[in-house]
Amino acid sequence: MLEAFNFRVILEYMPLYMQCFLATLWLSALSLIGAILVGIIACAMRLSQSKAISRTAAVYIESIRSTPLLVQLYFFYFGLPTLGIMLPEWVTGVIALTLNSGAYYAEIIRAGIQAIASGQIEAGIASGLNYFQRMRYIILPQALGMTVRPMLGQAIVLVKDSSLLSLISIMELTRAGQMLTSDRFMPTEGFLTTAAFYLILYYLLKTFSSWSEKRLIFREAH
Amino acid sequence: MWSFYFHELMRSLPFFLKGLWMTVAVAGLSLIAATIIGFIWGIMRASRNKILRSIIGAWVDLIRGTPFLVQVFIVFFILPSAGIELEAFPAAAIALSNMGACFICEIVASGILAVPQGQRESATASGLSNYQQLRYIILPQAMRSIIPPLVGQYVLIIKDSSVVSAIGVVDVTRVGWLTVQRIPEGLMVFGLVGILYFAICYPLINLSNYMERRMTVTATRL
Repeated sequence: MLEAFNFRVILEYMPLYMQCFLATLWLSALSLIGAILVGIIACAMRLSQSKAISRTAAVYIESIRSTPLLVQLYFFYFGLPTLGIMLPEWVTGVIALTLNSGAYYAEIIRAGIQAIASGQIEAGIASGLNYFQRMRYIILPQALGMTVRPMLGQAIVLVKDSSLLSLISIMELTRAGQMLTSDRFMPTEGFLTTAAFYLILYYLLKTFSSWSEKRLIFREAH
Repeated sequence: MWSFYFHELMRSLPFFLKGLWMTVAVAGLSLIAATIIGFIWGIMRASRNKILRSIIGAWVDLIRGTPFLVQVFIVFFILPSAGIELEAFPAAAIALSNMGACFICEIVASGILAVPQGQRESATASGLSNYQQLRYIILPQAMRSIIPPLVGQYVLIIKDSSVVSAIGVVDVTRVGWLTVQRIPEGLMVFGLVGILYFAICYPLINLSNYMERRMTVTATRL
């Protein structure tokens, strides 16, 4: 299988791979920013005193978590045009990724906030700290310390999930592998190169994850 | 028009149920295989044998670092060039089992490592063999921290099984994709597909949450 591995073709396709690598990077980055924002909002809604708001957020979170991303992607890809909303594929892809990861981020943030004992908050109030000080010195350092690892874990999932965008013909890393397969019928070269690029991103994020756990300000929270 | 399409969709409901059956078959088969392989790898990963540990660790990292879609393509397109011809179904089951096994391996290994060292020492002192220690002392205690994430992992396997529709396995996602070519109501078609997945995954997610709560309480009472 590998004795016939054709490096020349990979070199020839390298510009395409680099372009697709960058596409994966910025599609993921854009979705990641969106997902964290959606996550914060959904989490705030979920923790709201109002039952209606809390329920709405719960319905969103649970329905996202109980269905596959690919089905959500197709839902928007085939569904939005029937509502008369015509968007470029990549926008549809980013929307699906954002809404999908947003639900997971909401749960991660909620777990972080709820893990802080209410006694700590009460102690903060008793010590005369105002809301901002309590957030800055008591709640956030601990919540961030506990959530930084699952948040980066979800970022890794998001980068990998962006491969599904190839199925709605967005040019990204997996699509590059598919093109090498259909143009030259070289799936081995195509998909192993694709996998190698994803592994680079995976190891970068993983290293950053263990580094941040050791080095970030939140060490004392553990 | 909408009610016409709705009627049409209801008429192709048997087609969807057939697809659902395929999803259950692929996911169910992979789930069983992944559990068995995952436990074996997990026990090896928690063993004292350094070589074994690092080989499995490296494999798990490779699988966790690449998107499932790329793994499916690799199994489906690249194994044939090594002389292993596979139909879509076995290729899907192999890719899904392997991916599931890697995640379950990590769950099992961390469950075993969470059992206090003293338990193993006292088991050795009581004259239990390695197998007896594992069977009667370590695994029963590890199960408590293994089972809740294991059920969560099953949900991920069921959801990820939607990805195998990309190589032509006619699962419920593929049925949706085929139907939407005929009934151009994306929201309706993929809404139905989503509901079918939801019906399977939502109870499992709740089961996982429930067991997590229950088992944690028991653990602290010890």
